[in-house]
Amino acid sequence: MTSMPFYVSPEQLMKDRADYARKGIARGRSVVVLGYDRGILFVAENPSRALHKVSEIYDRIAFAAVGKYNEFENLRVAGVRYADLRGYSYDRIDVTARGLANAYAQTLGTVFTQESKPYEVEIVVAEVGESADDDQIYRLTYDGSVADERGFVAMGGAGDVIENALKDRWTPGMSLGAALTLAVELLGKDPAGGHDRTLEPTQLEVAVLDRERPRRTFRRIGGGLLRDLLNHTSRVTNAPEVDDATPGHHDILTGETPRDETTNPQTQRPAAEEADGD
Amino acid sequence: MSLGPDAGRLPAAYLAAGSSSFTEFLGAHAPQLLPSRRPLPAGSFEAPHGTTIVSATFDGGVVMAGDRRATMGNIIANRDMEKVFAADEYSAVGIAGTAGIAIELVKLFQVELEHYEKIEGALLSLEGKANRLASMIRANLGMAMQGLSVVPLFAGYDLERAGGRIFSYDVTGGCYEEKDHHSVGSGSLFARGSLKKRWRPGLSTDEAVTVAVEAIYDAADDDSATGGPDLGRRIWPTVAVVDEVGVRFLPDDQLRGVVEEVLAARDGNPGGAR
Repeated sequence: MTSMPFYVSPEQLMKDRADYARKGIARGRSVVVLGYDRGILFVAENPSRALHKVSEIYDRIAFAAVGKYNEFENLRVAGVRYADLRGYSYDRIDVTARGLANAYAQTLGTVFTQESKPYEVEIVVAEVGESADDDQIYRLTYDGSVADERGFVAMGGAGDVIENALKDRWTPGMSLGAALTLAVELLGKDPAGGHDRTLEPTQLEVAVLDRERPRRTFRRIGGGLLRDLLNHTSRVTNAPEVDDATPGHHDILTGETPRDETTNPQTQRPAAEEADGD
Repeated sequence: MSLGPDAGRLPAAYLAAGSSSFTEFLGAHAPQLLPSRRPLPAGSFEAPHGTTIVSATFDGGVVMAGDRRATMGNIIANRDMEKVFAADEYSAVGIAGTAGIAIELVKLFQVELEHYEKIEGALLSLEGKANRLASMIRANLGMAMQGLSVVPLFAGYDLERAGGRIFSYDVTGGCYEEKDHHSVGSGSLFARGSLKKRWRPGLSTDEAVTVAVEAIYDAADDDSATGGPDLGRRIWPTVAVVDEVGVRFLPDDQLRGVVEEVLAARDGNPGGAR
């Protein structure tokens, strides 16, 4: 072990690391997470179709992040592994956002104090509950601190500005269309006070945790459905309750003709009350 | 457990890059959860066995049916066990062999497919799924040598070819694609004979369901370990249909109708339709 050439106070060391992480995060585009009447909505400014900032973790849990892609992708994969292992060795209902947020907090905290460089990320772990009151949104920062947020969170370069605006304008029980329009408008604001931008659907990554769905509740929103939700003149204000009809991966809702019935992987049989209905 | 420098944080295996396989992750991080990594006690014992699974393709998909009986020697261990499972949205897996290990393997296989879907953001190809299952059966060879074998039957809807396909396995993990129809388990010989005579190209979904239920009936007729439909207890075979809409299990009232039709056709004519 080499001896330390200069004395650096712990306060200074931590401050330097925090400044470093904050600078990295502030360079990136923002992500907004907010509740709507049927679930939790995630909106990110992200022109990439493949490198996601918002992803599914488990049945009712999703993950959103800003900062360095390789670092939060690493955390996302760890989260999927954590959730799948827990669900496999206990039961699906025993996988909770709180447990995952704690595991992330410990990891980020250890990396912040012990590794040569902190993670330049800020993440949200959200779990959709039976009702809006049971929704949980945890925000985790680069140093491992956790905040239990109510209703909405904004992260990234313009996070503070967007969050202040949400304090005035977000209300519980908004429709998906209204919540999405608000989030997109705020993402387009210039924190430096310049001209507002109008974000096109192709620049957005949008996903929901839909509390009305059985089992896996995470769906991305794209195509015609996203355009219709953003269009004030269309009457579409909510996501369809059934998946797209085209055979294939049903993680994205595009608003095309819905299929006859949803099938969910691993659903052995419909729940008793559903079976009575047909 | 000592509080090392990693106390509380996610262990390194969680943050390792590269693998999108849940089984590989378990092997690295929690091998005791894999059936193939547990030490086996010496000696032999009896454990419940699951029996007959049949599968048949039809125009635009594939149907899989299983009886409900598990046996332990001459004892019926379970009358209403489910042995056909949805593996993911477009495939079903049926199991014959040691029930406890088979069900554990199916559970692991289901998580394996969903885990891949979430990490990669894409569905595995049907061959990819069949090969994953083969490697899980292969890992189980040591247990199979001690009499705890598991032989699955895998069927799914191929999104590329727009049709149903069937894959069979042997205890060494060999994976073979079957044409038209196949059966596994103790009653499989009788079921196969029945399928051979009753299956024809271009069946409709409902016809394929009837053919599969008849094959289970014929297996139960001649194999004591296979359970036939039980009207008194209202236990019907498990029947899964996989087509472009996905996997669905037929509801009990529909199965009851199919079974009653099959039984009526055999009244005074025990060999059934031919």
